[in-house]
This record gives sequence, structure tokens and C-alpha cells, in this order.
Amino acid sequence: MTHLPLNLPLTLLTTLAAAALAGPAAAQQVLPAQSEISFTSKQMGVPVEGRFKQWTAQITFDPKKPEAAKVGFTIQTGSASFGAAETDAEVPKAEWFNVARFPQASFASQSIKALGAGKFEVRGKLAIKGNSHDVVVPVTVTQAGAASTATGSFSIKRLDFKIGEGEWADTSMVANDVSVKFKLALSGMAPL
Amino acid sequence: MPMPSTPALPQSPAVMRYSSPAITLHWLLALMIVGSFSLGVYMHELPFSPTRLKLYNWHKWAGVTILALSFVRLAWRISHRPPPDVATPAWQARLAHATHHLLYALFFIVPLVGWAYSSAAGFPIVWFGVLPLPDFVPVDKALAEALKPWHGWLAKAMALLVLLHVAGALKHQFIDRDGLIGRMRPARR
Repeated sequence: MTHLPLNLPLTLLTTLAAAALAGPAAAQQVLPAQSEISFTSKQMGVPVEGRFKQWTAQITFDPKKPEAAKVGFTIQTGSASFGAAETDAEVPKAEWFNVARFPQASFASQSIKALGAGKFEVRGKLAIKGNSHDVVVPVTVTQAGAASTATGSFSIKRLDFKIGEGEWADTSMVANDVSVKFKLALSGMAPL
Repeated sequence: MPMPSTPALPQSPAVMRYSSPAITLHWLLALMIVGSFSLGVYMHELPFSPTRLKLYNWHKWAGVTILALSFVRLAWRISHRPPPDVATPAWQARLAHATHHLLYALFFIVPLVGWAYSSAAGFPIVWFGVLPLPDFVPVDKALAEALKPWHGWLAKAMALLVLLHVAGALKHQFIDRDGLIGRMRPARR
């Protein structure tokens, strides 16, 4: 089980601020218990999955007006976990996320395009460990009653963000491609 | 009448040899098992590093290879009669057979327990980094912790049996001097 200790007052403030700024497009609430952000890297061909336990999302998204939508994430890098104490002890170190210097990673959307049938293309800046790169994220939104679910996955090059430095930069040990997968359960989204 | 310069050895049971495939599999697996055991003992003390990760994967690949070759070896052993026993006290013959049976059992059990541990710990084995092997147990940390010491204990039990096996062979060679080792000696070219 992944529990996301969302900062409620901040979320509320963001909601209010977003509502005030964006006018009719109200912010959506992320339902932490049904949401997750995970990543898979390959170590000598072996897929190893980890997840971020702490993150917040600021989402203002009207499927009818994707060009006006804003999506932002703030991820606590120190909350990355592979579920093994031995590996988790390595995550905060300077070679990996360097949590002491870069406690947060972030994503901020720059443009969102509707592709039809609940599919969207989100372009934005992903910043990890002081390195910022453009990413294109395909998102699929499904709705059941008032509940909406946004899912998608994309691939990043870990060395673009200096994740795994020094002897760990060897991509024959840990592949450069890291697949990031997310599932967001959202309430308060306008119908597709 | 000229005497033959090298008189033919009598065909006593002691010099009837194992078949070539049996001899090849014996020595190949002996090398791989001693190598994997030594690697296992060495690697688990290493700090987290690419070297450790590499050695763990090599150990797993070797273990799965040992398991696969052990199936071949068992099939060959079942379908091909080994040379008959040499003359030896009954209790020694029983001990030798029991050692062989236990070793054969452990050729399968030790790699399988290691494989199960790896799967349970959430690290599926990808053979030689290419062929993903199925998990036959679920990812389960408690199961992984329960299996981990057994892989080590069973491997150490196998090491003791190997020592007993080698001690028996040396006894035949240097005390009994009955040529038993010749049955498993790689063929001369």
C-alpha cells in the first residue's frame, strides 16, 4: 500500500488559487490511496521497480479545454523506495538523488494537446537533481461517474539527470532508460 | 615369442570407466559448483556496488546453468548404467551411495531455493541478462527472508558432502590403491 501524505492545507490553497486564477477550470483533487508514481530500471537486464511514496500534484484540467490546463508535480526524492532496505539506503546518496542538495523533483506542464478518445499529450519540464529536460507524456483519462483516472508512462534517460554517477554511470550495469509510470485517481474533473 | 611392451590391464570393475558424457558433466559441474559456492561466500559480504550487482547476477546465471545441466546429468545417469562398485566394505558402499544421492538432490534443491529467494525478493532472474525466467513464487519479503538462510545452509551441506566425496576418492586412490579415480578421470588424448 502506498500512502501519500498530501499536504492538505497546501492543496487547498493551491485549489483556491488555481480556481481564482483559472476561472471556470477548477482544480482536481488527487485521491492518494488509489494513485501512484512508479519507475522501472533494468539492472543487468533485470527489471527493478521502485515508487515515490511522497509527492503532491496540482492539476487544473478541463478535458474540453486542454490548452488552458496546468499540471504540476512536486516529488520528494527521498521517498523513493524499491521495497528493500539495502537499496533504499542508497537512494539519498550523492550518486543517486542527492537528497540533501535536491530534496525535490518537479514537473510543470507547458502545453497539453487533446488527441481524442480520452488521450492527451502533455509536454513539460521535468527537473531532477538540478537538471531540467523537456518530456512528452502521453496521458489516458478514463471516467466512471465522478471518478477520473489518468494513466500513462514515459521513458527518461537517467544520465540526463545525473541519476547514478561515478561507477554507477555504467549503463551496462544499470540501463540508461528508466520507464516512469503513473496512475492518478482524481475527483472533480469535468466530463470528457 | 616377443612379450607385449605394455600388457593390457585386466578388465576389473575398478578400471571400467564412466561414459564420456558422464565424465564431462561431472567435471564441468564440479568446476561450476565449486566456483558458484566460492562466489556466493565472497559476494554476500560486499558493500552495495556495481561489482556486487555483477557478481550476484553471475552467481544466479551460474546457478540456473547448474540446475539445467543437472537435469541433463540426471537423465544421462538414469539411462546409462555406471560402472559396478569396487570391492569395499558394505558400510562404505552405503555411505558412498548415500552421498551421491544427497548430492544429486542438492544439485537441484540449492539452485531452486536460490531462484525462489531471488523471485520472492523482487529480483526475477534474467538468464545471462537475456532470457527472463518465470517466478514460481510470488514477490513476498517475508518468504524471501525465510528462504535466504536456507540457500546458504543447503549450499554448505552440499560443500560438506563434496568434501566427503573427495575424501572417499582420495582414500581409494592412496589407501586402497584400487584405481577407482581412473573411472572418472578425463580421457587422455
